[in-house]
Amino acid sequence: MTAQAERELETETETMTVREAVRQALREELERDEDVYVMGEDVGLFGGVLEVTSGLYDEFGGERVRDTPISEAGFMGAATGAAATGTRPVVELMFSDFAGVSMEQIMNQMAKMRYMFGGKAEMPVTVRTTEGGGMGAASQHSGTIHTWIAHFPGLMAVAPGTAASAKGLTKAAIRSDDPVFVFENKMIYEQEGAVPTDEDFTIPLGEAAIEREGDDVTVVATQRLVGESLQTAESLAEAGVEAEVIDARSLYPLDTETIVESVRKTGRLIVADESPLSYGTHAEIVARVQEEAFFSLDAPIQRVGTPDTHMPFSTPLEQEVLPDGDDVREAIERVT
Amino acid sequence: MGGFDIETEEGRQEALRRMLTIRAFDSEAGDRFADGEIPGFVHLYIGEEAVGVGTCASLEDDDYIASTHRGHGHCIAKGLDPKYMMAELYGRAEGYCNGKGGSMHIADVDAGMLGANGIVGAGPPMATGAALSIDYQDRDQVAVGFLGDGAVAQGQVHEAMNLAATWDLPAIFVIENNHYGEGTPVEKQHNVDNLSDTAQAYDIPGLTVDGMDITAVAEAVGEARARARAGDGPTLIEAETYRYRGHYEGDEEPYRDEDELERWKARDPIDSFKERLIDRGELTVGEFDELESEIEAEIDAAVDYARDAEPPAPHEAYDDMFAETPPEIERFATAARTDGGERIEDSRSTSDRSRSEGGERR
Repeated sequence: MTAQAERELETETETMTVREAVRQALREELERDEDVYVMGEDVGLFGGVLEVTSGLYDEFGGERVRDTPISEAGFMGAATGAAATGTRPVVELMFSDFAGVSMEQIMNQMAKMRYMFGGKAEMPVTVRTTEGGGMGAASQHSGTIHTWIAHFPGLMAVAPGTAASAKGLTKAAIRSDDPVFVFENKMIYEQEGAVPTDEDFTIPLGEAAIEREGDDVTVVATQRLVGESLQTAESLAEAGVEAEVIDARSLYPLDTETIVESVRKTGRLIVADESPLSYGTHAEIVARVQEEAFFSLDAPIQRVGTPDTHMPFSTPLEQEVLPDGDDVREAIERVT
Repeated sequence: MGGFDIETEEGRQEALRRMLTIRAFDSEAGDRFADGEIPGFVHLYIGEEAVGVGTCASLEDDDYIASTHRGHGHCIAKGLDPKYMMAELYGRAEGYCNGKGGSMHIADVDAGMLGANGIVGAGPPMATGAALSIDYQDRDQVAVGFLGDGAVAQGQVHEAMNLAATWDLPAIFVIENNHYGEGTPVEKQHNVDNLSDTAQAYDIPGLTVDGMDITAVAEAVGEARARARAGDGPTLIEAETYRYRGHYEGDEEPYRDEDELERWKARDPIDSFKERLIDRGELTVGEFDELESEIEAEIDAAVDYARDAEPPAPHEAYDDMFAETPPEIERFATAARTDGGERIEDSRSTSDRSRSEGGERR
């Protein structure tokens, strides 16, 4: 289903930013289910370092919007234990780079408990975190780590590219009985879009969205690169190249079917994702397409991502390595 | 109080039964591991029975415990059935974890047992989390996090204690100081005299008790439970104990001598409790022998049950990863369910084929 068609199913929408969409998702789920609470560093009084949870503390109080110590291993472990014992924590990990501090709790406890216990543990925990370069936050606050999580068995990973998907995926994550990581690119918090207002609007985990239809080349993009790819597609249309732009939305599970169907139609694929290029998200999408649609390909698949560097501080350096719409354009031009 | 308040005669009888069950279970598990019947690793609890049983004696049935890699004793202390425990150690479908966990991950969340854990120091954050759920939903429960002396050097243990203390959560942390963190003596791993001294950093009570004396452990945990339920937050209890076996079965134990082991055995937690019950007129030697035989028979029956139980079907490897199995896993499950991994989709990749041609035994 195209994103447009999906939205048309929703009778009412409201224009809001990605930040507001995530906040609305949190507010609605806090209202809907008393077992849901938000916890993390500075999420309460401070309103979140990037202001996503702003106002929720006043609305719901400190029990339900809980400020934690700066203690990622402690609170990620506690969220895991809490999820296994009847409540539904929504953790904010301030920057995804800090996952390293809590990776033990994520990989050996949260991801494995249900399986190791033969299915006899529920794990309804959501972890929201921010990713991405572009604001001069340098190497330890700009990483894009979603590949680690999408790679690790037992965890689900979503990465919205629009305001609507930010809301729908966040709500789906909170309602899921599995651990779901929501990766928010910090450079699109101000990006606006039409967002369904229905309180039961969710986006099923594992469904991509076709944001723009086209017959000549498929661009599978994530996060900030969805919007940039759409802009690139509009400008290329003037030159007669019609790109189909898919927001992958869910990294694990991945909607192989929607991607493969598109490639069968276009014969060309660009994968645009901000994570480092080697051994990553791009490679997974490429592998699935060649498994399922090898003989539909008319040109080599192209990857757009961060070269294998960390995110440098100085703006010209940062802009050098950050993938953007121009990189998507060059990739399309190489194969069309 | 739960199943066996040791303030009562009935409770003391149950405590003795559970300690004896642990010893019999772990003796048998060690033997069957040596035979090669039980695969993987096993870490035995023999010698430490008073800590687990003394702790659980002071808990309610629906309280939580989060265990360690040395978890069999905690399971039995919490009331798990040795039959399904043994089936799990044997990797059977009818084991507590359907054969997916084994000795190191044995769990029964419904019974409040949040799992043995292969990661040293992982229990306390789990207990803090369970205590968070309890506190958040205002339930009349507590959560106990067991840890060994070695785990006191782990950062996540301190983060868990700090969080529980800061939020006044109903948690109890029980250090089983058996004097060796794997093969290294406790004094070579920590700079404090008593491991319970670390409680001072969180402004919570920290006390060291004789872990070979079930009454001392039960009393300390009982007070900690009352304190937690009163909303006064966590307590750190260090129980000084000793493991009679190696860190794991097969450990050659170059780090200690026989004299040290014998000194601790002279203070055996079961012998001393037995003597106490005899002195109180609550037990005769004959009754003790009878109880021991009864438990040995129960453990023998557990082994027979485990030996005869069915192993899981290979396709069950794909169950329980998620509440809802995603297509990434479902395609392997579907292949494994069909005899011999017959190809059922045109799109099945070469990696699927190689798997069905013998990859299952990797």
